[in-house]
Amino acid sequence: MEELLKVNNVSMVFGGLRAVSNFSMEINKGELIGLIGPNGAGKTTAFNMLTGVYEPTDGTITFEGNLVNGKKPYQVTAMGMARTFQNIRLFSELSVIDNVKIAYNMHVQYSLPEAVLRFGRYFNEEEEITNKAMSLLKIFKLDGKAHELAKNLPYGEQRRLEIARAMATQPKLLLLDEPAAGMNPQETHELMEMIRWIRDEFKLSILLIEHDMSLVMNVCERIYVLEYGFCIANGVPEEIKNNKRVIEAYLGEEVS
Amino acid sequence: MNKIRKQDIMSLLGCFVLFAVMQLMMTFDIIGPFWELNIVLIGINIILSVSLNLINGYTGQFSIGHAGFLAVGAYTGAIVTVKLGLPYELALVVGTLCAGALGFLIGLPTLRLNGDYLAIATLGLGEIIRICILNIEYVGGASGLMGIPRETNFAWVFWVGVFVIFFIKNFINSAPGRSCLAIRENEIAAETMGIDTTKYKVMAFTIGAAFAGTAGVLFSHYFYIAHPASFTFMRSFDILTMVVLGGLGSMSGAITGAVLLTGISAFLAEYPEWRMVIYSITLIVLMLYRPQGLFGNKELSLKMFKLGGDNSGRTAEGK
Amino acid sequence: MDMGSFLHQFAQQLINGVSLGSIYALIALGYTMIYGIIKLINFAHGDIYMLGAYFGFVATTMFGFSFLPALIFAMAAAAVAGIVIERVAYRPMRNAPRIAILITAIGVSFFLEYGMILIATPQPRTFPAVFEGTIYNFAGLVINSQQIVILVSALVLMAGLTYIVNHTKAGKAMRAVSFDMDAAQLMGINIDKVISMTFALGSSLAAAAGVLVGIYYNSIDPLMGMMPGMKAFVAAVLGGIGIIPGAMLGGIIMGVVEAMVSGFFSSTFRDAAAFGILILILLYKPAGLLGKNIREKV
Repeated sequence: MEELLKVNNVSMVFGGLRAVSNFSMEINKGELIGLIGPNGAGKTTAFNMLTGVYEPTDGTITFEGNLVNGKKPYQVTAMGMARTFQNIRLFSELSVIDNVKIAYNMHVQYSLPEAVLRFGRYFNEEEEITNKAMSLLKIFKLDGKAHELAKNLPYGEQRRLEIARAMATQPKLLLLDEPAAGMNPQETHELMEMIRWIRDEFKLSILLIEHDMSLVMNVCERIYVLEYGFCIANGVPEEIKNNKRVIEAYLGEEVS
Repeated sequence: MNKIRKQDIMSLLGCFVLFAVMQLMMTFDIIGPFWELNIVLIGINIILSVSLNLINGYTGQFSIGHAGFLAVGAYTGAIVTVKLGLPYELALVVGTLCAGALGFLIGLPTLRLNGDYLAIATLGLGEIIRICILNIEYVGGASGLMGIPRETNFAWVFWVGVFVIFFIKNFINSAPGRSCLAIRENEIAAETMGIDTTKYKVMAFTIGAAFAGTAGVLFSHYFYIAHPASFTFMRSFDILTMVVLGGLGSMSGAITGAVLLTGISAFLAEYPEWRMVIYSITLIVLMLYRPQGLFGNKELSLKMFKLGGDNSGRTAEGK
Repeated sequence: MDMGSFLHQFAQQLINGVSLGSIYALIALGYTMIYGIIKLINFAHGDIYMLGAYFGFVATTMFGFSFLPALIFAMAAAAVAGIVIERVAYRPMRNAPRIAILITAIGVSFFLEYGMILIATPQPRTFPAVFEGTIYNFAGLVINSQQIVILVSALVLMAGLTYIVNHTKAGKAMRAVSFDMDAAQLMGINIDKVISMTFALGSSLAAAAGVLVGIYYNSIDPLMGMMPGMKAFVAAVLGGIGIIPGAMLGGIIMGVVEAMVSGFFSSTFRDAAAFGILILILLYKPAGLLGKNIREKV
């Protein structure tokens, strides 16, 4: 299997607080990996390190052999990693389709003069962006609401839009931070199908933070478990399900 | 032909018609010199508020030192015509470029700051510019630069204004413009979607500053003099009020705000203190009861101002 | 300039600077306290200083008060003004976007300035000489007794404030609200009262500064609050906005720097120096000398 992301003994220290300690992880091409753990375990911090929002205090992160440490988020996205957020961060006052179009900006070729004077590549690329955005929205069943303001969408659709927007950056690795938060079982099931489908259809890898165990166990091929910033277990769902340490972390001690 | 191109051409034709009508009225004294002066002033203020709207309204950066760039344009343009004896057209270009360059240099380090801090920094920088000008004898220091030829007229103001409006309208409907909107909406998300936020913040700031400079050249070449007292924080505050009154993020709003406030100013020209008291009360009441201003971030649904193309159709009707 | 006269000038400007700095510190305290509690840069604070000077003027000329009663009157009147402004203009905006509140504050500032011009005319007024300033000559250095009064008054007031903030229940409530408004509310603290009190305290200190300046410089005018207000704000940021000892430290530094620039370079660039310091701080240590960095949670 071809290696895509390698996290090597990474730590994140904020003043006196060790949010993540000596965390290591590998993701290969095409894999669907889960990152779980109780609240406050450091999962989102790990995401933030992977995407350049934080620079790791120790350790290295490499993506396709290139160093990620110290890169700014937009550079990391250009390398091929895209993410969604635990607390939805849509461009609320903009339309659904604009949210997606913006994610295509990094692939735009036309220059500022061409944009302002509207000649050359402007019209062609704008049409291309609009078409690409619409087809992406269609996949995520949001095309009917393309011109609605993002803030007016119901919660479940907002989450789907976040994923659609991340997909527009054409990532090789998609990081989803609690995509099923606030969804009912029906929606969660659909999401599960969608995640698998995205991986197969777009041939990318996915790293997932989730609390919903049914989603994680059914969808992920391998799982890493964090507790208080440390990785306490990793392996296939079967192993994790029966791992004593993991059970303790979630349910407290003395589970007989 | 492309639908968007058609709209643009129709709008330009509309501008021609408007220009012809107004110019004729002025030539035949149907619009007298008092009104002509105010119309020129309105035009200059429109350019100022529209350029500030690009920075504060579209990109969400709180800049309250715009008068500084106005000053840079006014003075550098005047240096070109008065001190170097070169043509007015060159003055316009030089004023714009100098203000833009300063905007770039200032923007680069300061746009890292957020909200309140950025506001204070821009206020401070606006003041520093004014104080420096006050102390430079070459441009007249505290007495100002006098003897500037009156090159600006209605035609100049109108067509430069149209250019600036079209420039910004087209900018906001393109990829770099959308990046600015994204930054306003959610900077962290924008960064994560591959947008180099610093680059676009600086870009918007530079363009806004440059056009303020253009307005400056127009200004100093209409009023014969460039004087530091015209470029205080109060001027920046005036421009900010126009944008906020019209609605941050709305081009039609910025234009309307400029027209309204220039009008009120003219009306109260005899009573400058009352003008300030009324301005401030207006602003406070506006913030308390309708902080989004007249248009919010929507546009008037006139062909002229519709943000061309299929883009999300953000009109006042909220279509 | 030889070493001897350099040292002499330095010491002289130091004296002037400390005196000036105490004024800035008094004003800066208001900025920092208000920012600490509701995260607002109260642009109108410099104008409270101006109001204080005018209240003092009224007290001495119309009511014939002497120094201390006039000072107390001005401080009390300004406290009331501060409470009223907060109640009318800022409280309804408590949940509004930051830019809206900032604009409101700017509006209040201009309202006070131009309102005062309409009421009191733009002509400067002469503050009566409530006490004579005797000039002391000490090793060739000039010290005005008024400067000493300014310094002592400022120190007394700052000590009083520190006592209130650190050793009273009300002060504890203020600190709690500035840490976490919601948590403080849940602990039964009356937020509105605490905020009003903060405004009252900050305003009274600024008013005291206004009266002291009126006495020392003899002249007051409606726009006198603009520059000192800006500089005091820079002082607050310099020391670390929201941190009370920071405002005191920042104020003294600003005063000394200004005196040095005036003495050694030119007084016309004095004001630019203040803004220059502001820019430097914002670029290199925005949390201020005594401040800590706070990250946004992503």
